[in-house]
Amino acid sequence: MEDIILNRLDYPILTITTFLPLAGAFLILFLWNSTLIRWISLVTTMATFIVSLPIYMHFDKTTYKMQFVESYKWIPALNINYSVGVDGISVLFIILSTLLSILCVLVSWKAIQNKVKEFFIALLITETAMLGIFVSMDIFLFYLFYEIMLIPMFLLIGVWGGSNRVYAAIKFVLFTLAGSVFMLVGIIVLYFSGGKTFDILALSKVYYPVGLQMWLFLAFAAAFAVKVPMFPVHTWLPDAHTEAPTAGSVILAGILLKMGAYGFLRFLLPIFPDATKIFVVPMILLSVIAIIYGAYVTLMQKDLKRLIAYSSVSHMGFVTLGIFTLNQTGVVGGILQMINHGIVTGALFMCVGIIYERTHTRMIEDYGGLSRSVPIYVVFFTIFTLAASGFPGLNSFIGEFLIISGTFKATMLFGALSIMGVILGITYMLWLYYRLVCGSVNPKIERHLHDIDLREIIALAPLVILIVLIGVQPNLLTSYMDVSVQHLLEKVNAGDVQQIKIVRIFLEIIR
Amino acid sequence: METIISIKPLLAILVSTVAAFLIMLTGEKRANLREFWSVAAGVIKFLIVVSMVPVILNGKTIEYTLLHILPGIDIKFRVNAFSILFALGASFLWILTTFYSIGYMRSIKAHSQTRYFVCFAIALTTTMGIAFSANLFTMFIFYEGLTIITYPLVGHKEDAESLKGARKYAIYLLGAAKVFLIAAIILTYNLAGTLEFSKAGLFPPAVQAEHPVLLSIIFVFFFFGFAKNAVMPLHGWLPAAMVAPTPVSALLHAVAVVKTGVFTTLTVIFYVFGIGLLKNLGVNVVAIFFASFTIVMASVIALSRDNLKARLAFSTISQLSYIILGAALLTPSGIIGGVSHITMHAFAKITLFFCAGSLYISSHKTEISQLSGIGKKMPWTMTAFAIGTLSMIGIPSVGGFVSKWNLVMGSLEAKNIMVLVVLLASTLLNTAYFAPIVYKAFFEKEHIEKGHHEHHEDIKENPFMVVPLFLTAIATIILGIYPDFVIGLAREIIK
Repeated sequence: MEDIILNRLDYPILTITTFLPLAGAFLILFLWNSTLIRWISLVTTMATFIVSLPIYMHFDKTTYKMQFVESYKWIPALNINYSVGVDGISVLFIILSTLLSILCVLVSWKAIQNKVKEFFIALLITETAMLGIFVSMDIFLFYLFYEIMLIPMFLLIGVWGGSNRVYAAIKFVLFTLAGSVFMLVGIIVLYFSGGKTFDILALSKVYYPVGLQMWLFLAFAAAFAVKVPMFPVHTWLPDAHTEAPTAGSVILAGILLKMGAYGFLRFLLPIFPDATKIFVVPMILLSVIAIIYGAYVTLMQKDLKRLIAYSSVSHMGFVTLGIFTLNQTGVVGGILQMINHGIVTGALFMCVGIIYERTHTRMIEDYGGLSRSVPIYVVFFTIFTLAASGFPGLNSFIGEFLIISGTFKATMLFGALSIMGVILGITYMLWLYYRLVCGSVNPKIERHLHDIDLREIIALAPLVILIVLIGVQPNLLTSYMDVSVQHLLEKVNAGDVQQIKIVRIFLEIIR
Repeated sequence: METIISIKPLLAILVSTVAAFLIMLTGEKRANLREFWSVAAGVIKFLIVVSMVPVILNGKTIEYTLLHILPGIDIKFRVNAFSILFALGASFLWILTTFYSIGYMRSIKAHSQTRYFVCFAIALTTTMGIAFSANLFTMFIFYEGLTIITYPLVGHKEDAESLKGARKYAIYLLGAAKVFLIAAIILTYNLAGTLEFSKAGLFPPAVQAEHPVLLSIIFVFFFFGFAKNAVMPLHGWLPAAMVAPTPVSALLHAVAVVKTGVFTTLTVIFYVFGIGLLKNLGVNVVAIFFASFTIVMASVIALSRDNLKARLAFSTISQLSYIILGAALLTPSGIIGGVSHITMHAFAKITLFFCAGSLYISSHKTEISQLSGIGKKMPWTMTAFAIGTLSMIGIPSVGGFVSKWNLVMGSLEAKNIMVLVVLLASTLLNTAYFAPIVYKAFFEKEHIEKGHHEHHEDIKENPFMVVPLFLTAIATIILGIYPDFVIGLAREIIK
């Protein structure tokens, strides 16, 4: 038990944070007035956010250990525990989840008029599942939340989505399930070979033979790669994003995609260090392909939401690239970029949602001249566009800077290739901006365009503040992860060098 | 060297941002008050910069750290002789450009004047930011900011042609920055562990010895990454940006954009690599070659342009490379010549652009072939134009002579005959493309085409525009007669 610090607060903070949204959902179950339901959802998400704040204030940045740990026996027969805790890698995702949930409620305020009650229940259950994933210290609990998450997400897309929603929802579930089946097998194998325990920390202390590591790595990676999504299993993402309601897209982009990358950090790197080093080259290669291919495909999109969805593929490629550089700079950059991507892409989806509510078209060619008709909206959109294209002084720049810096340290070649992604990134964002904002207004949509109201400004403003704040003070976030990442990398790099000689030679050749 | 901690550089940077907010709040209806903010901010900014001059002349530097971003990366400002020279010129010319803009924009009754003045003010913030940056990171933030904020200025007319020009402008500058600069900055950071400028260069000796090839590549990346320096082949954005209103062109050419391009390039030469390292690497030959090529080639192209602004644009491309050439020679006189040419060229070129705008507003003439006899109708404008031309050619007693003299000295110190030939040939070319304009204006009779004879009757010069352009012309002469101040600051750099 030396790797954990028990919860020192006099209440179970992680459990409360995780299940508060569920309690809100339960309350909504007995209400019929839609206005009241909206307010209750808003209050619930805000309360969750406020409850989650002490985690940051009391978080000890100087240790890599799991903190605020609560552990109870759950199914003793199988040695399954309810144990939750956070470390430097997961802590930031909790605030991101609780914050984005508030914004999701705000952007759904008017957009959802049909089956309001069910929508907000699904939204709140999703929040519980998201938080559960990030706090789980037990792999069984993790898997439980991981799968629970699918159900409300499936409903959000399939019930409140666009015209092709059922197809998109089913595709989303099939892809994710196909991946997580492998993970389930992996978990069972891990359980038996790791001393019949589901405790992640205990599992990561065991040494597994390299052959087994490789198989398990592949099984887990299959699940997480679908979630990220990595090339070539990314095809569900554009469909899901395009059809999902705005809140669904924000959750998808902001949190759901992060689970894959989080899974890499939480399971693959610490539990299978040798396999990680063996697979590092293919993983980096896939990341770079995702970055460049994703950006190229983004360039030719005609649908606003699809464009931003494909840009996610490219951005998440940066995240996985950062993680698999296996050096401090790259991994910290990767985690930071996950958060940045959550904020910026979430913001862009909200922007698209706001304009879609007015015009009911997502085709880029229908737009133009927004600077004249909706100036305040354009101010926000400009900031988000600049952030997404990695403008220096804003958050994404720091993330990309660290990732590329880490990649250059690992291999020059891939560093140079990732620069390509940056160039394409600014190209598609500015081109999109040009087509939307400059030029003349399309008369067909002109009469529907009215500028954003106070509710929408409140929903967007926190993201602007975060974008600038992280851009100029990334220490606020990176200081949380530094120690944990350092510990993680020590573990990874201390593996059996003898077994991976071939890879080293290969790395030397391409360096 | 003594260092003083002072918030003044930050104030000098922010004063125009504050003005931008005030301008935005005042809006289109109270135009006089709105213009007052611009002027007031310009004057305050200039005074702040001037107040730092005595400290710098005493051989001290001023520093101010705003934020720590990452280890080795801060947002930090430093004022030294090089930056104060650049900042003085930019902030002084901003005041004149503001007056000129007021006259110009009101004469053509331009739309969205509030946006124009807001962007203009923020452009000056970013320019000051570049001037006072203490590291590459800070510089990069403001460098990119300047590109973005000048985009609406370049495309101000919002017709198809100006949007196309503005797009080209943005693509060239942002593209070059993304392709070369980011890579160069990240590689620098990985090798040196810091981005902080330093007199001896920021690479530790061990790195210098170990990675000569990589360092040379990084230098070339920097050289082309700062595409605002308009070195061929990445010069295409500058002629494309000619679609902008004339005061914006003046800003681009004399105050902000191209000058930040050469300023950043020279900063890389002096404070990122350091003169010693560049000499060892020998990579300055690349810079000398491209700059020389640009000087000659741009002058030849300028000869063929009949549009006045286009000819001035190619003249700028050529003159900028003087600055880079001088610094790249890495000899004392060459550096003094290059650095002082930043100021000398700024005053002369802004005069020429002001004149071009004045001609356009008063007589609606844009082509050189239409200018016959215009000197009689617009004597003030054309006299100022003639003075600017003299400086461009490098006639003694005008600013351009001083810097050109030093450049020639520098080429002799470096024993580089090719550079000497380039300098002399370009002087000849400068004369060839500028002298005919002055000749036409004063000594040719105007051709009165049938049906257009009423055209010249009502040509009147706009005092809002004539006063600034005459002031800059006079300043050009003063700089030629008393160059000591500029040369003195330039000497501080090589100490």
